[in-house]
Amino acid sequence: MSLSSFLRSPISGCGQKSAGLQQNFFSLKKFTFLLALMLVLPSSWAREAAPVAEDPEIERRMLHLSEDLRCLVCQNESLAGSRADFANDLRREIREQMKDNKSDKEIIDFMVARYGDFVLYRPPVKPTTIVLWFGPFVFLAAGAILLFFYLKRRRRQIEDPALSDKQRQQAEALLKESKGNNA
Amino acid sequence: MMRFLLPLVAFIVLVVFLLIGLNLNPRQVPSPLIGKPAPDFQLQQLQDSDKTLTSKENLGKVWLLNVWASWCVSCREEHPLLVQLAKSGIVPVYGLNYKDERDLALQWLKQFGDPYTVSIRDPEGRTGIDYGVYGVPETYVIDKNGVIRYKQIGPVTVEALEKKILPLVKELQG
Repeated sequence: MSLSSFLRSPISGCGQKSAGLQQNFFSLKKFTFLLALMLVLPSSWAREAAPVAEDPEIERRMLHLSEDLRCLVCQNESLAGSRADFANDLRREIREQMKDNKSDKEIIDFMVARYGDFVLYRPPVKPTTIVLWFGPFVFLAAGAILLFFYLKRRRRQIEDPALSDKQRQQAEALLKESKGNNA
Repeated sequence: MMRFLLPLVAFIVLVVFLLIGLNLNPRQVPSPLIGKPAPDFQLQQLQDSDKTLTSKENLGKVWLLNVWASWCVSCREEHPLLVQLAKSGIVPVYGLNYKDERDLALQWLKQFGDPYTVSIRDPEGRTGIDYGVYGVPETYVIDKNGVIRYKQIGPVTVEALEKKILPLVKELQG
């Protein structure tokens, strides 16, 4: 769906126009004139691009909400970031519902009722998602316990073994011997 | 012995999980609408613009709702099957002409055949949103009480028709 609508969108044609524009630009007279104009005009004339929707507050809310919703066409994109036609439709839907004074929760419920939990980037905690939410902590705890016991066992292994009297005498004899050799 | 067995078992478990994951299709998002009443609509008919069709009119019979568009490439893939199915008269197929232009849609039907009892127009995709459409084609099986019983995501295939859709239709009609 997104692909074919993408193909239909007329991107071509811009190149030809800008080529004609370029020729105009590079006539030196006009160029210097424009440059002078740019320097002279107060920069306060420059304005930000007008917002697409009439109501910037709704646009802000819509973008914020759609950050957390998945575009089902390009599944690794949020509704806010996707250029798919489908995402466009859903953004329109969200805008309209916000104009109707629906709360964020009502809009999310609307989406979930139609597209399922998959539309949410933050799945709700419920029986089927318990493993998803708490599985990592279980693994972490299991790992920590294993590590604890492993280290405990290891410490016991590398503790200095106590020498018996006989072993000590042997060691001293060996040390004396080596001293004698060095001298 | 345990030293080697334990990592081996863990590895095998991991491989099994990954294999299952590889065989899942992330494009097939299960619809939450299955087992729920089909959303209401009242839409203009494609062939006869003066007439509308409401979802309530189909109460009492089992029917298929096929979402299609003239710009949709894989709709062409499933179309011969739908034409065949419509000819067999087993179950009526209704079309939801999704985000399309009327002329193009009519021309498309002329070219590839018209299996639809009635096609209705959803030029802005609003009914599509109500039905959880996120790609074309999609096909819904709706029972006598107007409840959605099955959703085919992507083109209807011979396999899907024989294994899922037709047995279900028979069961629901019976």
